[in-house]
Amino acid sequence: MPVKANSPACLQVRDLSCERDGRRLFAGLSFELNSGGALQVEGANGTGKTTLLRTLIGSAGDAEGNIYWNGAALPAALPQLRESLLYIGHQAGIRRGLTPLENLVWYGAGEEDALRALEQVDLFGFEGSLCQHLSAGQNRRVALARLYLSNTPPLWILDEPLAALDVAGVSSLQGQMACHLSRGGCILFTSHQPVALAQLQRVNLSDYAVAADAFMEEGAYGLG
Amino acid sequence: MASVDSIAVRDPAEPCHRAGPGFMALLRVELLLALRRRADIANPLLFFVTVLALLPLGVGPEPELLARMAPGMIWVMALLATLLSQESLFRSDFEDGSLEQLTLSPQPLYFAVLAKVTVHWLVTGLPLALLSPLLAMMLNLPAAGYPSLLLSLLLGTACLSLIGAVGAALTVSLRRAGLLLALIVMPLYVPVLIFGTGAVQAALDGYAYSVQLAVLAALLAAAAALAPLAAAGAIRISLDS
Repeated sequence: MPVKANSPACLQVRDLSCERDGRRLFAGLSFELNSGGALQVEGANGTGKTTLLRTLIGSAGDAEGNIYWNGAALPAALPQLRESLLYIGHQAGIRRGLTPLENLVWYGAGEEDALRALEQVDLFGFEGSLCQHLSAGQNRRVALARLYLSNTPPLWILDEPLAALDVAGVSSLQGQMACHLSRGGCILFTSHQPVALAQLQRVNLSDYAVAADAFMEEGAYGLG
Repeated sequence: MASVDSIAVRDPAEPCHRAGPGFMALLRVELLLALRRRADIANPLLFFVTVLALLPLGVGPEPELLARMAPGMIWVMALLATLLSQESLFRSDFEDGSLEQLTLSPQPLYFAVLAKVTVHWLVTGLPLALLSPLLAMMLNLPAAGYPSLLLSLLLGTACLSLIGAVGAALTVSLRRAGLLLALIVMPLYVPVLIFGTGAVQAALDGYAYSVQLAVLAALLAAAAALAPLAAAGAIRISLDS
């Protein structure tokens, strides 16, 4: 679907339905995520939040519907999308045999930049210890430190970024997300917690859930 | 149509660091990780040495018998030692999510797999091959067989590492993959085993063994080109399920 040039849309989803293990999780999901916008995906456990995120980045296969990145349809536009993507999944992608600093450098950060980012997530002094000796919350912070690097990619897709964070960590992360939005990035994340962001859209996947016998009646709905 | 840079409020002069880790960076990190897990390096070597040290106790100490069995036993044990260490090749990266991050990188997954396999060979195949003359001496292999044993193992273990990576990638999402991995990979190991032991046997019989080495080198070249591609595809399948 072509996008008007005066409303630059990053990510558009039209009438998307996803399956997992042969079970249809949701159907008729449509939304639009523009630059400077954030979208919080909510829904009870098992409604397909993670599957949605993994479908958008092209890691999960069973989906119907259309996804557009800057007006170009996926999967053809997948390389362009991945080039502008920072994804932190449920498994955070932090290697336990490396130190926090080495992990960030592996993700392409400069050393000074990485040290500064680690300081901002309260891991100053831990940059040299192996991640397997850090706690779960600290490992989560190492992953989130990627968001504090300078010059991050514009599209952030985060799976439960607030899980296992303490109160100070949550407010710091919200500040960083707001900062990213103000620079014209866009964020799509799942969370059960309320998040204080100015331009936050919300979509609850439970509203798009499909009963096992009657998903044929389900139509396509916009976000409203 | 919105242009690709429609979201580019940021300074275009600043490069986005999305090139992903290059091959040398991948190699360095994998080597660092391997050297930090010394037990994983030692296990296949210990297996290799222990089994071959036990062999004379099992079959009897007649020097002629041991010499006849030596090429085959050393090769089979090298093969099993490689297989043992292969199961964990992608396991920890799969569990901590860094394998998924690698698939999202703009770099082809081929190079990431190649880097992992190269390091796997450096810490298992290479030490096995270097140890083999010592074990050959222990098993009373005639000295004429040493060069061919060393060379065939150097080429052959690299093949085994590459082929095994495909099996490891296919089974990475399974919890207990050991036997399945062996079933998938063993038939593919057979040509390597045949030409490897063939080279040593030819050398012992006084013939030239360059043909067998050439075949092993050809197998290695084909495996280096194709196995990482197959493993990359298998990783994507494993991540999808």
